[in-house]
Amino acid sequence: MWKWIQRQASPKVFYHTCNRLVPWFFWPFITLLIVGLYWSLVISPADYQQGDGYRIIFIHVPSAILSMMVYAVMAIAGGIGLIWQIKMAEVVAKVSAPIGAGFTVIALATGAIWGKPMWGAWWVWDARLTSELVLLFLYLAYMSLNSAFDNPRTAAKSSSILAIVGLINLPIIHYSVKWWNTLHQGYSVGTGGIKDPDMQIALALMFVASILLYALLVTIKARTEVIIREQNSRWVEEEVRSLMS
Amino acid sequence: MTKRHNRMMLVGLLVSGVFLAGYLGIKAFSENLLYFYTPSDIMTGKAPNDKSFRVGGLVEDGSVERDGMIVKFSVTDNLESIEVSYEGILPDLFREGQGVVASGSIDKECIKAWAGMKCSRTFNATQVLAKHDENYMPPEVAAALESLESKE
Repeated sequence: MWKWIQRQASPKVFYHTCNRLVPWFFWPFITLLIVGLYWSLVISPADYQQGDGYRIIFIHVPSAILSMMVYAVMAIAGGIGLIWQIKMAEVVAKVSAPIGAGFTVIALATGAIWGKPMWGAWWVWDARLTSELVLLFLYLAYMSLNSAFDNPRTAAKSSSILAIVGLINLPIIHYSVKWWNTLHQGYSVGTGGIKDPDMQIALALMFVASILLYALLVTIKARTEVIIREQNSRWVEEEVRSLMS
Repeated sequence: MTKRHNRMMLVGLLVSGVFLAGYLGIKAFSENLLYFYTPSDIMTGKAPNDKSFRVGGLVEDGSVERDGMIVKFSVTDNLESIEVSYEGILPDLFREGQGVVASGSIDKECIKAWAGMKCSRTFNATQVLAKHDENYMPPEVAAALESLESKE
């Protein structure tokens, strides 16, 4: 088992695995996205209070969940890199950061767009919104710390520690609506808050599509990152030769 | 081997230290993280008296009165309620039975009654936000739920 992991974590094998995985993530993502959007925008009924305005949750909720999931993946991969010194874990952590930051921005922006007509305010400083904004700052801090070092190993070490420290924010974001009075509503997912089966299906489709999008982006970006890190090695040279010929 | 175990210990300590610090921090700042107080908090004196704060709850059924641009309504948490007066534009979701969060401060007016003082408290709101709940459903389901409730 340990041997198998070590083999998978060698840059060359990892690069080829990423190469093979890309189409396996790409086509399911496109299919689920199209079906999911159709289910969200056409099949799902309007809400009894918000009319069609509620449909933004089909983007907002998956992005918000992904923004936290990606952070967890980033911190865990960083931790694996710290403990077992697996370079490919460092690569996964590094390339995850901008993707997670993107999901966070989408969650914040869609929330603001929804908040203005429904609540009457673009932004309020309640616990849920503030902690999600802190998550965005954590991503930005991670990215700038990671790019502040010339040596990728040193960069991975210090930024991984930052990522692990920032893990504390995840339970705060998740439980903020339960621990404190917030303007943000409580859990809709998993509590029966979404009462219509078509709404549930649409949300599930969009959620799986978002996970696939993350996986797709990670494999594409990790591929590039491995090539950059291993640019002086023989297998990269052979790879490039075979592409040219 | 020992080196890896060392690193594992360090990361483990880091994680547990951070979570302990987070837990203590949250315990200490819990009060400041409240976005709004409930009418019960105000009645039991938990809400600040001298500065502005927010009150949240449901708009009591049948309590909304409009007088030009000034709207008066009661906010309740089903235990206590407080009268709110507000001048301005209300959000789309504002209606009776809806959750709202109003920011402003308390005006305490006391008038001499024949048996001591009679005080009425009004919350002067500068902003009223609608609070949406976690329920999403089509209009037919909402109507069905309502008719079920009224039968009970």
